[in-house]
Amino acid sequence: MTEFFDAVQTIPLIRYSLLAGIISAFTFGAVGSLVVTRRIGYIAAAIAHSMLGGIGAAFYFGRTYDLDWLTPMLGGFLAALLSALIIGWVSLRASEREDTIISAIWAFGMAAGILFIHYTPGQKPNLESYIFGNILVTSGSDVTATFALGILVLLLIALFYHKLVAVCFDEEFARLRGINSNAYFLLLLAITAVSMVLMVRVAGIILSLALLILPAATASRFSRRLWVIMLVAIGLTLIYNTGGLAMSFQLNVPTGPFVVICAAVVYGLSFLVKRKRA
Amino acid sequence: MNPVESSEYPTPVVAEACGLSFRYQKPLVLEDVTFRIHEGESLCVIGPNGGGKSTLLKLMLGLLEPGRGSLTILGKSPAQARCNIGYVPQALRFDPLYPVSALDIVLMGRLDRLGVGRYSKACREVAMNALEQVALADSSSRPFSNLSGGQRQRVLIARALACEPKLLLLDEPTANIDLSVEAQLLETLTRLREKMTILLVTHDLDLISAVGDSVLCVNRRIHRHSLPLSGEVVKEIYSGINRVEHDLRTRHSQGDHSACQHD
Repeated sequence: MTEFFDAVQTIPLIRYSLLAGIISAFTFGAVGSLVVTRRIGYIAAAIAHSMLGGIGAAFYFGRTYDLDWLTPMLGGFLAALLSALIIGWVSLRASEREDTIISAIWAFGMAAGILFIHYTPGQKPNLESYIFGNILVTSGSDVTATFALGILVLLLIALFYHKLVAVCFDEEFARLRGINSNAYFLLLLAITAVSMVLMVRVAGIILSLALLILPAATASRFSRRLWVIMLVAIGLTLIYNTGGLAMSFQLNVPTGPFVVICAAVVYGLSFLVKRKRA
Repeated sequence: MNPVESSEYPTPVVAEACGLSFRYQKPLVLEDVTFRIHEGESLCVIGPNGGGKSTLLKLMLGLLEPGRGSLTILGKSPAQARCNIGYVPQALRFDPLYPVSALDIVLMGRLDRLGVGRYSKACREVAMNALEQVALADSSSRPFSNLSGGQRQRVLIARALACEPKLLLLDEPTANIDLSVEAQLLETLTRLREKMTILLVTHDLDLISAVGDSVLCVNRRIHRHSLPLSGEVVKEIYSGINRVEHDLRTRHSQGDHSACQHD
């Protein structure tokens, strides 16, 4: 383990990943709990995968038209927000089957990403690092962006906690009490999209999704109070992100997949413990 | 005027419908509906499934707009009067695993007073008071998922009471609740009846006789019948709700309301 601590001190990349992991543990624990209890994990999954389309588009247009400001993460961010709004709108209007739209956006996003990369001039970017993550691309500015967006997400949740809970539990009643239920549902999806973007650079789409869902799902097996679930999920994510990084470094295995497996195994083991009733 | 009206009632009008019609698509769900509800009245709404009971509730809550005719509540449009209406939906509609406590749910009745952040102390007091009224103050911190069906329904009534309503609308509060639990719910509603105007959608005849002053039969059109129902009707009613429903439906469709006493 001392090797890892040495590395944290001497290698900036490891330090940045560790910092990004610690910061996003808070947003993921809080947002993941809202997502899991509201049963919209599959919407989060579609949002995450659609990001690939935005990342590919950003590479293509950025290179083709020399747009330096169009970074892959900005593309991913816009794609995530857009798909969150589309899914939210369909889900609220119910003019088409919600799950159909979710699958369509999921598939379209990934396919578009790969096509854009195919036509991107110059050296082809490695999409795999966005799917499975690559801590070697983490930079100081990523950490700053993660921190800023993380604070924004947590602030929104703290300010609107009770309204979000009310809308998640009973949107009709919330509407009758003068709350704009639709706006709060879209806010929840937007918060989910933003939190995912935070982690995709460091951890990739698959790990981000796993970290959003699995700790909150594990926590929700042991508590029936949302804020407790949030705290437990934050704690679990902290352990996965720091411990997972350290152990994968020590064992010399890819960090992202290693952390996903750990989180999934703990979730699986939680079924062996009897669900608390009182 | 329509026989539905009870003009000699001594208290002010809380809700008034005049020539109200509504359709989702082609067929009319409600047609030329006229009634008045006066302050302190306790009305039970009965009628066959698909007869328009839920539609009437939604119109009164302002969730739907009337196609023709007018509907006013406390002199305002339903959407404007919302803050004075306490609504109790069916408990079965909710995700039983959603991690909220009884008090969390009751506090939702104060959502209109919530800015950002936490509920005020005053809101918490109102919510606790509402839980006391349904005899669940001891269970305030228990998760919703651990409450029995009857307790869940009472929590939802407390949530409506936390709105400090002038009119209480309940949608089949005894549906899917076993008989032993129902007694408590009946007691709660009997007590509330003294304090506020109640409109109750129900199939439950015990509930009608315990809580109702009169009955609104909704089957596209509305007919009002006073309680207690005549002996013959009561006998019919107690021999089985399905038969009553069927019977009422048949008679209504034939334009025959002799089985019930009109006002």
